[in-house]
Amino acid sequence: MITKEDVEHIGWLARIEVSEQETVEYMDKLNSVLEYFGQLDELPTEDVAPTYHVAEIFNVFREDVVEESLPQEVVLANTEHKQDGYFRVPKIG
Amino acid sequence: MAKWMSVAQVKEKIEESSAEEVTASYLEIIGKSKINGFITVSDKALEDVRKIDSEGHDGPLAGVPIAIKDNISVVGLPNTCGSKILEGYIPPFSAHVIEKLLAAGAVILGKTNLDEFAMGSSTETSHFGPTANPWDLERVPGGSSGGSAAVVAAGEAPFALGSDTGGSVRCPAAFCGVVGLKPTYGAVSRYGVVAYANSLEQIGPLANNVTDIAVLMDIIAGYDRRDSTSIDSKIEYQKSLVDNVKSLKIGVPKEFFGEGIHPDVEKAVWDSIHKYESLGASWEEVSMPNIRYALASYYIIAMSEASSNLARFDGTRYGFKESGENWHAMVSKTRADGFGKEVIRRILLGTYALSAGYHNKYYLKALKVRTLVKQDFAKALAKVDLLIAPTMPNPAFKIGEKIEDPLTLYLSDVNTCPINLAGVPSISVPCGFTDGLPIGLQIMGKPFDEPTVLRAAYTFEQNTDYHTKRPPEVA
Amino acid sequence: MVYENPDGIRIGLEIHVQLNKLKTKMFCGCSTDYHNAAPNTHTCPICLGLPGTLPVLNKKVVEAAIKVGLALEGEIAEETQFHRKNYFYPDLPKGFQVTQYDFPIVSKGKIVIEGEDGEHVVGITRAHMEEDPGKLVHLGSIEKSKGVLIDYNRSGITLIETVTEPDMRSPKEARRFLDKFRNILEYLDVFDGNLEGAMRVDANVSVYWGTRVEVKNISSHKGVERALLYEIMRQKNVIRRGGKITLETRHFDEGRGVTISLRTKEEAEDYRYFREPDLMPMRVTDWIPAVRETLPELPDAKRSRFIEQYGITDMHARALTSKIMLADFYESVCAQGVDPKTTATWIADVFLGELNYRDLAISSFDEKKIGFIHTKDPEIENSFKVSDMVELVTFFAEGKISDRAAVEVIRSILDGKEEKTPLQIIEEKGLLKAESDLVSMAVEETIAENEAAVQDYLAGTEKSLNFLVGQVMKKTKGTADAKTARELIVKELRG
Ligand SMILES: [Mg+2]
Ligand SMILES: [Zn+2]
Repeated sequence: MITKEDVEHIGWLARIEVSEQETVEYMDKLNSVLEYFGQLDELPTEDVAPTYHVAEIFNVFREDVVEESLPQEVVLANTEHKQDGYFRVPKIG
Repeated sequence: MAKWMSVAQVKEKIEESSAEEVTASYLEIIGKSKINGFITVSDKALEDVRKIDSEGHDGPLAGVPIAIKDNISVVGLPNTCGSKILEGYIPPFSAHVIEKLLAAGAVILGKTNLDEFAMGSSTETSHFGPTANPWDLERVPGGSSGGSAAVVAAGEAPFALGSDTGGSVRCPAAFCGVVGLKPTYGAVSRYGVVAYANSLEQIGPLANNVTDIAVLMDIIAGYDRRDSTSIDSKIEYQKSLVDNVKSLKIGVPKEFFGEGIHPDVEKAVWDSIHKYESLGASWEEVSMPNIRYALASYYIIAMSEASSNLARFDGTRYGFKESGENWHAMVSKTRADGFGKEVIRRILLGTYALSAGYHNKYYLKALKVRTLVKQDFAKALAKVDLLIAPTMPNPAFKIGEKIEDPLTLYLSDVNTCPINLAGVPSISVPCGFTDGLPIGLQIMGKPFDEPTVLRAAYTFEQNTDYHTKRPPEVA
Repeated sequence: MVYENPDGIRIGLEIHVQLNKLKTKMFCGCSTDYHNAAPNTHTCPICLGLPGTLPVLNKKVVEAAIKVGLALEGEIAEETQFHRKNYFYPDLPKGFQVTQYDFPIVSKGKIVIEGEDGEHVVGITRAHMEEDPGKLVHLGSIEKSKGVLIDYNRSGITLIETVTEPDMRSPKEARRFLDKFRNILEYLDVFDGNLEGAMRVDANVSVYWGTRVEVKNISSHKGVERALLYEIMRQKNVIRRGGKITLETRHFDEGRGVTISLRTKEEAEDYRYFREPDLMPMRVTDWIPAVRETLPELPDAKRSRFIEQYGITDMHARALTSKIMLADFYESVCAQGVDPKTTATWIADVFLGELNYRDLAISSFDEKKIGFIHTKDPEIENSFKVSDMVELVTFFAEGKISDRAAVEVIRSILDGKEEKTPLQIIEEKGLLKAESDLVSMAVEETIAENEAAVQDYLAGTEKSLNFLVGQVMKKTKGTADAKTARELIVKELRG
């Protein structure tokens, strides 16, 4: 079961502002899903290896060959918050 | 001009008249649409097609229009993912599949509606409103590629691309009465599709018939050096279109006919199995005991990967941006307002599943269960050539019916998501109706055995007429 | 002599090094040559983390990492892979950093340094590959920033992060470790330490065998030493006053020379590591023999060989091998047949000193000449030819020029705007010992032999000086410069 504090904590980790009222709402819905996930506990898996990739491929590489970069104006085209060729954001902390 | 044309018919029409005329007629149908299938209709479609008319093009899809799910990047067209957070974002590059399609001469009609970031099974969570099912405008088209399936079903495009993370091509295909393929993981490059759950998803085609699925696969599938998970299978898809299932062994996994399945769905699927039998195939029941854990495993993995994939949407470089007294506050507000509730729920759950103290309980556990599910498929498919089951346990539900209850909505992926965990190919083809709503038959095969999957689907289609039925609501 | 480590100091380092000798970034084809470029001109959809993009690993990254691992005498993992480290920061375009976690490519290495009590082994816990974030420019100070500008040119540059055991027992040892580590990396030709931001260090330090404190992101070796000196003093004083050292992260303020608390352990991030699903695992054991073949002679081996082969002192050998390009320069000069010991003195003692005085860092060597770049101002470039050093050492060895003159030749070449050979400079400046000696001798003789003329001159008869100069010219058969001769006579007589 996750608590209100848990919701606040994961909201912070995920950088999603959650209001007082939303915290309770999320807590209830998240708990009902987590309860469902809990059914996995009944399946013994001590000796089972996890599957990260379905295909067992190794060693996929590219050569160290330069490709063209994007022009600066294209890079900055999707934001209004820019200055002298830089992206501009508010102070960090 | 006929509304529902196969690709071959479209090409004939282009020969008779012009590519421009064909595209213009589709744009006209889209203009009168009642289903909200497109988020963006391309302003450049006519210009693009005129160029093909005037300069000629020898590609296999010269002048043939196509609809693209709005999470697949097309240079110069907005890529919204159905989300407010991507407001105003226009990608400066195209997905691998788009480059392939353009090289083949295809014309992009526009970008289709989807559940926000492909997270859903109903296309209701889109920031741009829900898409209606052409068979019943009060019902969902399925999801998350609901726009792509609905526009094909409504005759607004001959075919479309979707993406399938846990059933997002097959579910709307089933609900809208069209054909949809989830290729083997690695068969189609993911370069340019906005990631929801990287280890699960594939781009897949949707069309009115199996032939057009194969036509599309011959163009979009194959190795791409920009996707490290891409595999060169060298499959020739159209060559698989043989009307013959003699001596094919079909497995029927009873776990896919679980509690809550609609009796008409169950009957339609069994009728289909008997149809195969009458065409010379044999069938047997197979058991896949871990399938019942697939849904939980699937959602944990998908949400975990999603929580990381969606971290880049922070208002800093593109898209919607809130103001805030500092960067972290700005990001927290941007994400709170830019993402819809369902996306936030999944990000929070994924963040939790990966967080210190819960990683092993949820994430690692889910990956272990994934191994068991994969083994179930391997064991079953060692005995039989194909597995057959209902795509969706029920027909399309009403818009708004499940939206407030995420878990119920998740449960509708019960038959589709195991396939993504195992990475095998699976197609949904129309196999019947209940109360005027389509039913989908799911045919699953071994990894990279799309040829057998397509052969079975093609044979079924050649010997039934479900794929020729059209929705009355938009006729 | 055994070092007692009276204050129980333990120092461990985490060093981020850019593989800036690779042509492209870690996961995309953008060029790594961004140092003098405008912001956001060396970026593409991949290193900007645009939605839909995927990484593909640069093969040379793995080769370089194996090279580093072998040079550190570490183990190369049989199977290795990438993880995502999830956290939010504006320089991180994807909201996660692709790095390695529980299976780093290199583990259990070591570096031998000149420690407080002779040779001292510092263990390398691990070395792994990861991507560099972009660069932030704070408008105003960090504390009173009005905003932040972001340049993603650096985003996606390959880093090798190396973590040591807490084996260093003094700031000096930490500094020596860093010097040695940098030296090795430069020998491997994977790293140019002269580029800004090429090496960044986090230092863990504890006193009296106690709780460690991490000092983050120090950009120079000198800075590491200063930060550690300050931090050790601070910790000792906290304990002296009866306080406790807590696990925390501090920031080194280069300007003030102090460390400032950033965050305590309770506020520590939860990075939610998981395997990067877009990258496949690697099995590179097969590559090891081939990579080993490409390993150059490393500093310690080269130093021993120099002592053996050229008969030079350990101190000279150390200095000459402190930079691979300097070592190569030295050997190229020696190869021309000049005396290796004399050459070692001129390069290690004089030449290096003149470089340091000018803040010139060695930046290139191409068999003909060794190039430098000013460490503060990259616009200032210079070079010194092998042939120049050969000529200079030859002149000196033959006794044709004094040591003072030889130093002046080196300075003239380093400071000169036009290219000149040592001979040209010697002639221009009249530095040839033989010539000036001849004139001085003639002057002395002339003064001794012409007492009357000398007295006349001292009494005020200027004409007598002309006579004396004429005598010197006669004695030198006209080879002396009349003006020089006149000056020497005046100097000799009037003091
Ligand atoms: Mg690191
Ligand atoms: Zn790039």
